[in-house]
Amino acid sequence: MAASVAHDLSNAPSVITLTGVNKWFGQFHVLSDINLDVKEGEKIVICGPSGSGKSTLIRCINRLEEHQAGDIVVDGVTLTNDVKNIEAIRREVGMVFQSFNLFPHLTILENLTLAPIWVKKMPKREAEEVAMNLLKRVRIPEQALKYPGQLSGGQQQRVAIARALCMRPKIMLFDEPTSALDPEMVKEVLDVMIELAREGMTMLCVTHEMGFARAVADRVIFMDRGEIVEQNEPESFFANPRNERTKLFLGQILHH
Amino acid sequence: MADALPVGERPQLAPPIDETGPLGWARKHLFSSWLNGLVTVALIVAIGWILSWFLEWAVFTANFTASTGSECRGGGACWALIREKYRLIFFGTYPYEQQWRPLFAVVAMLAMLITSADRRMWNWRLLVIWGLGSFITFLLMFGQIYIPLSLFLFVALVVGLIGMALRKGIADAVEMNAYRALAAIGAIGLVLRILGVLPAWSLAIAPLPYVETSLWGGIPVTIILATYGLVFAFPYGILLALGRRSNLPLIKGLCVGFIELIRGVPLISLLIMASVMLPLFLPSGVTIDKFLRAQVAVILFAGAYIAEIIRGGLQSLPKGQFEAADAMGLNYVQKTLLIILPQALRVVIPPLINTFIGFFKDTSLVLIIGIFDFLNSANQALVDPNWAGFPGEIYLFAAFIYFCFCFSMSRYSKYLEVELNKGTRR
Repeated sequence: MAASVAHDLSNAPSVITLTGVNKWFGQFHVLSDINLDVKEGEKIVICGPSGSGKSTLIRCINRLEEHQAGDIVVDGVTLTNDVKNIEAIRREVGMVFQSFNLFPHLTILENLTLAPIWVKKMPKREAEEVAMNLLKRVRIPEQALKYPGQLSGGQQQRVAIARALCMRPKIMLFDEPTSALDPEMVKEVLDVMIELAREGMTMLCVTHEMGFARAVADRVIFMDRGEIVEQNEPESFFANPRNERTKLFLGQILHH
Repeated sequence: MADALPVGERPQLAPPIDETGPLGWARKHLFSSWLNGLVTVALIVAIGWILSWFLEWAVFTANFTASTGSECRGGGACWALIREKYRLIFFGTYPYEQQWRPLFAVVAMLAMLITSADRRMWNWRLLVIWGLGSFITFLLMFGQIYIPLSLFLFVALVVGLIGMALRKGIADAVEMNAYRALAAIGAIGLVLRILGVLPAWSLAIAPLPYVETSLWGGIPVTIILATYGLVFAFPYGILLALGRRSNLPLIKGLCVGFIELIRGVPLISLLIMASVMLPLFLPSGVTIDKFLRAQVAVILFAGAYIAEIIRGGLQSLPKGQFEAADAMGLNYVQKTLLIILPQALRVVIPPLINTFIGFFKDTSLVLIIGIFDFLNSANQALVDPNWAGFPGEIYLFAAFIYFCFCFSMSRYSKYLEVELNKGTRR
């Protein structure tokens, strides 16, 4: 795999800052004292065993989950219960889900133009232009008038990525985007994500695709039982894991 | 081998004759085994016997032309009774010479319903169709309509407020000012009216003699109660369902309480309460039309049932749909109207239409408060001592009319299911 794209992050501003973030599901401590600083243009891959809290972490960033302690600041806006703050943050943060979550009753084009028209109040024609350009970018412009149910999994996920990009977000969150795909479709989605990374998007990606991490990540974070156990840039992370738990995890997933 | 022809060059044979076509179908479905064959034959004989008996009674020995009951007795069905009493059956106690009015009112309502069924009309046109259709219907039924000033003011206020809310950020300043002006006129006018400063003026539209609701009867009553009952119960049910799923405990509690209370009592008891108890709570001299009370009772009752059906639909949606809508920055109203409700409603079309069909027939219960809908008017035809003893014919005929309506609703439901689910695998 190619070495990660070298770019200078030292002068970039922080776009996401998590300080002492804790979350409980009832009595279960799912996020334990998380401190994380994400710079603009940085690409972070979060990995770990299931139940480690990695999905919960990124879902806290756009308030799909609520954190009970600590602070989360996204693009200068502090995340609280204030609906205005939440909506402002969600406009700047795009999310791609494991189960695509396309709207089955709308065509692909309508799926893409829905948010720009209703949230950004963009005129319909302009929104459709933006949408078609993005569909071309993910290489499926001919599917614009079909319904999600008529597309394959890989195509649906690429539409989901295009849909998130239609709002021109500053940050993209990916929650295991390829985990629900057949192996032959994983590559087409990863290619889109790699292109997106190379164009400078700030990305937080929960994934098991270590090849992707090696290709574009600036940092790989390993989480286990709600804590950040280890983080490092990909070369060092895979070659010299420091923590025992990291070594165990890497041993399990890198056997092929 | 002699028959080893290359693939693609073998001759195309027709399938054996008793495997396909009507013979093949019969063999597979009706005569696939000895037992099946015996049952098939037995059923054909039984159905044939019943059918022949029925046709004998209903058609071949039926009397279509008798002019008194005694002439009609003996022999087959007495359809002459229907011919004699059809005005009573269809229009009840509506004044005889004015019965063209409920006839045209029914035509207007059917036209309204049929044009609404077309999906191309599902936009602002729906308001026009229903506004115009309802106006014509009630003008014909009542004969005279008085539109009070307060209604005009109220409409102005509502249009102004809705315009301001929905068109904010999209419309230009002139349009926004128009909405503000409308809302202001409406609000100030209503206040002045309540204070008594503005007099009680009504726009009078009175082309025909007035017929009060206590004289209405027959098929128009059934259609009005069912149609307007369900048209108002549907959005009301949606709001109840959404309220029940709310996170705010007060709203949720109110909605749960309301749904459980209404579902826990029979419609008859609601009708009696509306008819008998409500007047006790009103100040003396104030009366609310009995027909209106029955209509409101039907709306409240149907709304609770519809709410639970829709709640089932809402629950069946995968959580991811809500999350994707949230992640895109849609607010609650946008998320509900654009993403959640369209999907939830599509899923529950079968039970919804089922409820509609049931309620269409439940309207007969208004007999308990002295309103004569179609079934009860048909019943009245049996009261005549001259034509005693033909309940079968009357009820069969009433059943046939109900069947026409209910079956149409059922077919429409199938059409809707196919239409609205074009993109998904079903």
